[in-house]
Amino acid sequence: MSKERLAVIGNGMAGVRAVEELLRINPEKFAITIIGDEPHGNYNRILLSPVLAGENTIDDIMLNPPGWYEENGIELISGVAAARIDRAGRKVELADGRAAPYDRLIIATGSRPFILPVPGHDLEGVIGFRDIADVEAMLKAAREYRHAVVIGGGLLGLEAANGLMKNGMDVTVVHLMDTLMERQLDKTAGAMLRASLEERGMKFLMPAETTELVDDGEGRVKALRTKDGEEIPADLVVMAAGIQPNTALAREAGIHCERGIIVNDYMMTYDPRIYAVGECVQHRGVCYGLVAPLYEQARVLANHLGGRGWMSYEGSVTSTKLKVTGIDLFSAGDFLGRPGAEEIVMRDDKGGVYKKLVIQDNRLAGAVLYGDTVDGSWYFQLIREGADVSEIRNRLILGQAHLGDSGHGGDSAADMPDDFEICGCNGVTKGEIVRAITEQGLFTLEDVRAVTKASASCGSCTGLVEQILASTLGGDYSAAPSEKPLCGCTDYTHDQVRKAIRENGLKSIPDVMHFLEWRNPDGCAVCRPALNYYLLCAWPGEYEDARASRFVNERLHGNIQKDGTYSVVPRMWGGLTTPKELRAIADVVEKYDIPEMKVTGGQRIDLFGVKKEDLPAVWRDLNAAGMVSGHAYGKALRTVKTCAGANWCRMGTQDSTGLGVKLEKMTWGSWMPHKFKFGVSGCPRNCAEATIKDFGVVCVDSGYELHVGGNGGIKVRVTDLIARVATEDEVLEWAGAFIQLYREEARYGERTAPWIERVGLAFVKERLEDERRRKALHERFLFSQQFAQKDPWARLAGEHEEEFQPVAEIA
Amino acid sequence: MNNWKEIAPVEAIPPLSARVVKSKDGDIAIFHAGDGNFYALDNRCPHKGGPLSEGIVHDCRVTCPLHNWVLDLRTGAATGADEGATRTFEVKVENGKVWLRA
Ligand code: SRM
Ligand SMILES: Cc1cc2nc3c(=O)[nH]c(=O)nc-3n(C[C@H](O)[C@H](O)[C@H](O)COP(=O)(O)OP(=O)(O)OC[C@H]3O[C@@H](n4cnc5c(N)ncnc54)[C@H](O)[C@@H]3O)c2cc1C
Ligand code: SF4
Ligand code: FES
Repeated sequence: MSKERLAVIGNGMAGVRAVEELLRINPEKFAITIIGDEPHGNYNRILLSPVLAGENTIDDIMLNPPGWYEENGIELISGVAAARIDRAGRKVELADGRAAPYDRLIIATGSRPFILPVPGHDLEGVIGFRDIADVEAMLKAAREYRHAVVIGGGLLGLEAANGLMKNGMDVTVVHLMDTLMERQLDKTAGAMLRASLEERGMKFLMPAETTELVDDGEGRVKALRTKDGEEIPADLVVMAAGIQPNTALAREAGIHCERGIIVNDYMMTYDPRIYAVGECVQHRGVCYGLVAPLYEQARVLANHLGGRGWMSYEGSVTSTKLKVTGIDLFSAGDFLGRPGAEEIVMRDDKGGVYKKLVIQDNRLAGAVLYGDTVDGSWYFQLIREGADVSEIRNRLILGQAHLGDSGHGGDSAADMPDDFEICGCNGVTKGEIVRAITEQGLFTLEDVRAVTKASASCGSCTGLVEQILASTLGGDYSAAPSEKPLCGCTDYTHDQVRKAIRENGLKSIPDVMHFLEWRNPDGCAVCRPALNYYLLCAWPGEYEDARASRFVNERLHGNIQKDGTYSVVPRMWGGLTTPKELRAIADVVEKYDIPEMKVTGGQRIDLFGVKKEDLPAVWRDLNAAGMVSGHAYGKALRTVKTCAGANWCRMGTQDSTGLGVKLEKMTWGSWMPHKFKFGVSGCPRNCAEATIKDFGVVCVDSGYELHVGGNGGIKVRVTDLIARVATEDEVLEWAGAFIQLYREEARYGERTAPWIERVGLAFVKERLEDERRRKALHERFLFSQQFAQKDPWARLAGEHEEEFQPVAEIA
Repeated sequence: MNNWKEIAPVEAIPPLSARVVKSKDGDIAIFHAGDGNFYALDNRCPHKGGPLSEGIVHDCRVTCPLHNWVLDLRTGAATGADEGATRTFEVKVENGKVWLRA
């Protein structure tokens, strides 16, 4: 069977990225032809600015050499423009008379500089800033002439002006507005930027409207005139006054265009055989001019063309950095704000630092940073995730380092010495991370994790590693993929994978991996446990747990110790125990020669140093005394810590111990995105520390206060009060509903505290306060508990007992 | 020494899992890898001696349960940033039985 033919017009960043993604998903489906009018391979257009400034060479910025096209069986027609699309005949006619037939076509023609239609715009020496040819023309002009004028004080214009200045030219920027980069910056930051560029020798004429370019008599430009009658010398004029999507081919072929080529959420144009991607596109009313969103579009397009068809593009939030060495500037999101938006501003004129955050409905909507951009990626993350920031609002402007992570507070990564230990778990220093990034060309957090191990264990230094990435890579970091994939085996995020599981009825790990085209046939130690969890949460009762995809602790129902033995913790409901239980525990310890017993921080007894071979027998003895697994090892319900309560305590208002037992009986056995702990205190003195638990109950005279999202671990977080209720039944219902909401919404590995910070307390409240929804969640939780509440010790000691013994002994 | 020894029927070690063989020189872990083959390693991680048999097996690699080093089952060598290797042993399958040379 002959392959379908795919033609791509435009050998630029978006078109080729789409082809790369497609090759990954489905390398066999298409015979591919790429038509590009530039006489080069595919290159990184972003880096034209550093090339102009002399910081990179053209060779440095090539993305795919000619050999890449050959290796992948792609026909590259370069240096020839596409002249017409013949939709009826399904072919692209080329400027040299040839034609490229297609079954599917991608238009990825990018955009071109907007050339102001003033008299003299076609003189020699008047150019745009878009491609290698433009950079070569600028470098040539810099050798032969002195005066350059850049029209446009936006990102592109300033980078051009900076580059020309570096090449020795006398540069004036003529800008229509009174603020530089007005699309990214507010007035204050714009003014600071102007001052520091002026200090470097750049001149500005603004606000000023260009009315004419003056001929030197021989067809070359010699001066620029403004509306106010001012005239400045200009041997070179770079027009950087905006870009226009290249829609001509599509328009002539009758494809619906407005400012750009109109596409739907699958990047399909009005003609279903024809797709479009990149700067030439208009999606939901927006034309993008930065790489990150275009790469997201490319991924969706490839997913669709490759036959998957389940991803959709929903638009992007963008962030910008100015690539002028020595100037730190970052902006993201909506920094002007809609009516009702609030601003937090910090300004230090002398220190050259300005920060502005725009907050809307308790969420960060936009950010402008000047002079200190270390937190740019963090703010950007908060914006994209729509995280509720009300809790951290008073420290938000100070940056991520001031949030109070224990052990890592204070300094920003940029100021740390090279031998500073960033990752305490794996002993990785800042210097090692920086070296790995620069020498091995790393771009993402995942890469750094894989290569250096930094932040690969407890994860508390993730923010610092991201800061180091941002400060080491500078402008390039913003080009990294905007949402983090689940792991290195896939490009899909946790949320996307989960959605695919639910919507496509995927019911096993191999199904998920097959459907989502996992890169490694059987995944890795990061994704397999996550997939196992998502499946069992989505299909309780139907999904069969994959033991091989559980971390050893959950597979063997004990905590593995440094010497390869295990610890065993039987459940003590609500911290209550009996002589019979204690006697059984004592017997077990003696019988199996268990080296150590300890009372845990979770009000029960831990038996340390049990040999793997003995586990089934130890469990059997404990089971015989009525005890079951305490799940001290799992991403599961752990302990319910209680205090003495009204039964004994002179201050107690309710039976906190009894309520704790009821909660534990209802929730034990449940698998969760991460571990989950309860605390029930009999009065506001709070002896059970309920306000640093995932779900805390504080008994009061009139009933029960319910608290959620606490954490006493790596980063301490105090709970949020979510409701006050009058009866124990209501406590149980809220607790079940809260757990189920957490189980369904949080990402694997995310505890309730970071989850609530990400989605916002308002979201959780809204779901739980509505009685109908709360009851439905509670029902779903009880339903899944039917299958979960089987003591794993009893089951394993029966079904899998032989696994605990060596398979053979040899001499 | 270095003789082939019959260990167990193939079904005793399901895909993506491992079992331990006791020997006088210590435990040997036999893995059933993602490529369908069986591999054997000294059951001691080159990092801090973690029991590799308890790690998650993926592809032809195992992730150590103690600190997540990833070792190649074919060579016993650590991958990524980590350096070190554990000893490997030859394994074969004949008539539905796994054989180990040790
Ligand atoms: C046994 C115990 C210490 C003790 O002797 O008291 C313990 C032992 C471990 N804790 Fe813990 N934690 C124990 C109570 C706690 C508490 C106190 C509590 O529950 O009131 C906390 C802080 C409260 C909290 O969770 O918010 C606690 C916060 C952690 C954390 C940090 C979690 C976080 O969200 O930041 C980890 C790391 C993790 O889970 O990733 C951890 C991880 C561990 C691990 C599982 C380390 C590991 O990954 O192997 C330890 C296993 C030791 C072993 O071999 O058994 N342990 N751990 C406690 C068992 C309680 C129980 O009966 O189940
Ligand atoms: C100097 C500069 C600096 C930039 N800096 C940044 C930055 O820091 N961060 C950022 O995110 N973005 C930056 N950008 C923007 C980024 O480069 C673009 O968003 C991106 O390249 C657009 O990709 P595209 O594939 O849509 O278009 P392009 O990369 O322009 O590719 C389109 C290709 O199609 C070709 N073509 C057009 N018409 C035809 C035809 N009829 N036949 C054949 N071929 C045709 C064009 O010649 C071009 O090669 C910068 C751009 C420039 C110019
Ligand atoms: S604090 Fe917890 S994880 Fe750390 S050593 Fe103690 S028991 Fe282990
Ligand atoms: S002992 Fe294996 S990773 Fe540390």
